[in-house]
Amino acid sequence: MSTATLSCQELVELVTDYLEDALPPEERARFEDHLERCRGCTNYVEQIRITIALTGRMRADELDSATCDAIVETFRDWSRTG
Amino acid sequence: MEQLQAPEDARIVDALRAGDEAAFTMLVQDWSPAMLRVARIYVPTRAIAEEVVQDTWIAVLRGIDRFEGRSSLRTWVFRILTNTSKTRGERERRTVPLSALDDPVRVPEPAVSPDRFLDADHPNFPGHWASPPASWSEQPEEKLLGAETRAVIDAAIARLPPAQRAVISLRDVQGWDSEDVCNVLGVSETNQRVLLHRARAKVRQALEEYLDAGTDQ
Repeated sequence: MSTATLSCQELVELVTDYLEDALPPEERARFEDHLERCRGCTNYVEQIRITIALTGRMRADELDSATCDAIVETFRDWSRTG
Repeated sequence: MEQLQAPEDARIVDALRAGDEAAFTMLVQDWSPAMLRVARIYVPTRAIAEEVVQDTWIAVLRGIDRFEGRSSLRTWVFRILTNTSKTRGERERRTVPLSALDDPVRVPEPAVSPDRFLDADHPNFPGHWASPPASWSEQPEEKLLGAETRAVIDAAIARLPPAQRAVISLRDVQGWDSEDVCNVLGVSETNQRVLLHRARAKVRQALEEYLDAGTDQ
């Protein structure tokens, strides 16, 4: 049992590969098998999914408006002079 | 070479050549947030990153006639950005943490602190959770979506090493797919996943500390 199954400590390191669909089939099967039996790891994967969703709601760090204006100013000069 | 271009890219390039300021402004607003994050891999401050992004757009305009559509317009722009950032980073005498992009696996970094698990020589449950994570499905939505939670995530991303910060920003904030991130940063799929894995793990941990502290009565 111990060689064929994943420990929780091993599973958390595979979460991104799992979510990115980068695990080989037999590894994926072991991963899902573990999840079915383990509340802690199920919660962990859920937490990572929520983390991704919440990070996706973050506003991107925007360019300073003065910098943006300066860039557009450059564009005006550029189109004028060809 | 015009036929190599994706229709969308050809349309943008034509608009720029025709002096379409609105199209250019939209492009700058769309891509610059990601450009800032990528620049910060190589340069030490936000202010210098802004300058690098500005210099990049100038170089893009100067070079647009040489754009042949062999890569996507975005990949081409980000390649100019990366080169500009590297040159500027060297001038700032900043040691570029190249190993962080090329070989992140070299320095192991656990996703979860080892003291959350039982020892490897535990008789019954080696490597099993000693203090398992709680479910967040009971967390009130107002809290998960609240300003404080955003501040926690923001601070956690700001604390990340630059390469991890760039990858999580491109993937999870900007919603890029992994192939585009690999192209722009010049990293392998595997290394991109390692950087993403570590970044997400740290943001999760910051959220856990914040949310758990709130559930203690």
